[in-house]
Amino acid sequence: MEAGEAKSKKPRGPRLCCICNQRRPVLKRPKTLQQICRECFYEVFEEEIHQVIVKNRLFKSGERVAIGASGGKDSTVLAYVLSELNRRHNYGLDLFLLSIDEGITGYRDDSLETVKRNEVQYGLPLQIVSYKDLYGWTMDEIVKMIGLKNNCTFCGVFRRQALDRGAALLKVDKLVTGHNADDIAETVLLNILRGDIARLSRCTSITTGEDGPIPRCKPFKYTYEKEIVMYAYFKKLDYFSTECIYSPNAYRGFAREFIKDLERLRPRAILDIIKSGEDFRIATTTKMPEQGTCERCGYISSQKWCKACVLLEGLNRGLPKMGIGRPRGNLNGDHKKVTKAGATAKSIESKQCGSLDF
Amino acid sequence: MACNSSGCESGCYDREKENGNNVDGGVNQESVCVKCKCNEPMTFGDGGSDDGRFCTDCFRNNVFGKFRLAVTSHAMITPSDNVLVAFSGGSSSRVALQFVHELQIKALKNYEASRDRSLPVFGVGVAFVDETAAFPTLSKEMIDAIEWIRSTVSSLSPPAKDLHVVPIESVFGSDSLEARDKLVKLLDSVADDTGKEDLLQHLKMLSLQKVASENGYNRLVVGSCTSRIASHVLTATVKGRGYSLSADIQHVDARWKVPIVLPLRDCVRQEITRLCVLDGLKTVELACRSQCGINDLVSSFVAVLQEENPSRECTIVRTAAKLTPFYFNKIPETDDSNVPLATQRRLKRFNLKYDGSMTTEAFCPICNGPLNRSDSSDLDTFEDCHESDVLYAACCSSCRFQILPQDGSSLEQFSSFLPDNMISQVKHQKVDSQAYLREKIKDCLLLDNEDEVV
Ligand SMILES: [Zn+2]
Ligand SMILES: [Zn+2]
Ligand SMILES: [Zn+2]
Ligand SMILES: [Zn+2]
Ligand SMILES: [Zn+2]
Repeated sequence: MEAGEAKSKKPRGPRLCCICNQRRPVLKRPKTLQQICRECFYEVFEEEIHQVIVKNRLFKSGERVAIGASGGKDSTVLAYVLSELNRRHNYGLDLFLLSIDEGITGYRDDSLETVKRNEVQYGLPLQIVSYKDLYGWTMDEIVKMIGLKNNCTFCGVFRRQALDRGAALLKVDKLVTGHNADDIAETVLLNILRGDIARLSRCTSITTGEDGPIPRCKPFKYTYEKEIVMYAYFKKLDYFSTECIYSPNAYRGFAREFIKDLERLRPRAILDIIKSGEDFRIATTTKMPEQGTCERCGYISSQKWCKACVLLEGLNRGLPKMGIGRPRGNLNGDHKKVTKAGATAKSIESKQCGSLDF
Repeated sequence: MACNSSGCESGCYDREKENGNNVDGGVNQESVCVKCKCNEPMTFGDGGSDDGRFCTDCFRNNVFGKFRLAVTSHAMITPSDNVLVAFSGGSSSRVALQFVHELQIKALKNYEASRDRSLPVFGVGVAFVDETAAFPTLSKEMIDAIEWIRSTVSSLSPPAKDLHVVPIESVFGSDSLEARDKLVKLLDSVADDTGKEDLLQHLKMLSLQKVASENGYNRLVVGSCTSRIASHVLTATVKGRGYSLSADIQHVDARWKVPIVLPLRDCVRQEITRLCVLDGLKTVELACRSQCGINDLVSSFVAVLQEENPSRECTIVRTAAKLTPFYFNKIPETDDSNVPLATQRRLKRFNLKYDGSMTTEAFCPICNGPLNRSDSSDLDTFEDCHESDVLYAACCSSCRFQILPQDGSSLEQFSSFLPDNMISQVKHQKVDSQAYLREKIKDCLLLDNEDEVV
């Protein structure tokens, strides 16, 4: 049997936690299938993250660190654990929560409320940066301007930059996000499936953008999603549960499901995929694609202007179609016609993908 | 959050692109081959994107063309070679055998037509690995399969080809009973299903290598097609074998005594299957594979992906092909047929090990995968320990997890069942790593060899 070693050769009788050998086990640790008690789970969970932080030298004392907070489980657990570890191990970090308000009526409200409660619960200051602050437009205003048809382009581009821009606005030293091991394993697979060798070489780095203005890091790189859920569950952490509805992209869904199947068969597979991603022999020339900065806003961009600036220029000049789909041929138009009937449903779905955890 | 990294935008894009791809599939309604524009196109009705586009000849030429291009551009087979085709009875290796055979016939014709007859015709042999010892329940099927393979090989037109039926236990020694026993015990001591399956694959390769080198072959042709390799890319990734992956998927793999070549690397399974139908090539599939392990899960994942986009397998292999290959992923240049085989091998090994720019590579004794130095660093801590500790330290992290028994005494037993081939590599490796360490500090050493000091 796969990963069945834990089960074999166990003497009968009252089982005890296989770490402390004192308390009754209440859970099977997803990563190792060890049966352990709650206290030991907290301990190994937190200690592993601490070790990752120390080994990879993620932080320096005195740094101002923004936690990308969406109110979802990953960022909520991250905020909780980081503030805990910061206190316990004297990291000396100036931590705060950073949330983005896209300005979509009725949509962010619940998750923002959650983040506001977290602010009080964990004693972490909260900064909310709105699309209006960052781009001069709320998402509602954009939709009003361009109609529901093309907002997908905007939400994708704007969302990807929002956290970085927000962090820059608040002059932070580092940005941390709640990407977990499952996410990274999935990204490794997707980059293989779509042949993106440059992204494949970068996607397992625990810190990215070190050459840019604000480095981003992922303390949950080796933390299993299931364990994050388990931690939130046992600690009764207050989070806004949004199940991610995937963008209309068949194989992303397949990849996620595949990883879950793998995990069931062999829990270690998630870590192994990440290890493969780290070990792939990729020539250093591939690793560093030519990347400049936007002449307008200074954000990393391979073109003269970054995608957001092109879109904003169009919006501000009253030509909202500018920049949509241009670099990728004119396929966009055809596609929209095909899906016309489902346009409303689709635009909701595309907003939905903005509800994901950072 | 996953969407965050690449966004829905790229998803839409991909979908559009794929929609675009499919457009031209349905357009072609005139019944004339798109290539030669004269013959009637073939329809296979297998749902393939290019179904009904090519005539029989053009389709066949296209597939054979890919094979021949692979052979010539990587110097896989040259006139003086003696080539062993690994034949499992499946469609890929059947096509590989067919194509190698056709190549040989062409070479023979050229030879007979040439005045001076200076270029010899390469030799071809066929090997089948008999896995009965590992799957006793299949013994009857195996006997039938071997019978069928015999008749298939002998029915090929001359030049005649030797058929070598190799029992998988042959790598454990010449006493077949004892060897069989060792094999069974070895497999039984592996707890993980996938690990067992993979170990069997490694033993199979060892058997092929053994029969190839004992019978004077200098190339081993393996029929792995794109689809098979795509699955391998993902299984290797999932097993944490990212470092060694690029060694496995190249056209040439000369880390073995007898270099392995993959001439069908650029043909997809659908083409292979079609070709078998067209040419009436019969195949036999033995139900040796497990249905519940990682390998099987990956195969069904790839099948789903392939259904969603018919070019997915190619993309996967193309991604992996962008990884940096190893120095042994080419036919060694010292390979000259005028030199006796044994010397050749020695030279080859010499050439491989000390060949210029590339680093000395250590290999896992079980799977023969090149080891990532960062994984094998703890090799030094095992100086004078048990053989099993040394074995553990010498293995790649993937074999440690899925093949080696976890507790000490079982590991000790396990290593006593291993074929000598693998064990000798463990010892070899220890020496290698000594040499590696020595290399690092040699500017501070006063003697050429410390062992000489008494
Ligand atoms: Zn405990
Ligand atoms: Zn810009
Ligand atoms: Zn969207
Ligand atoms: Zn034709
Ligand atoms: Zn190995």
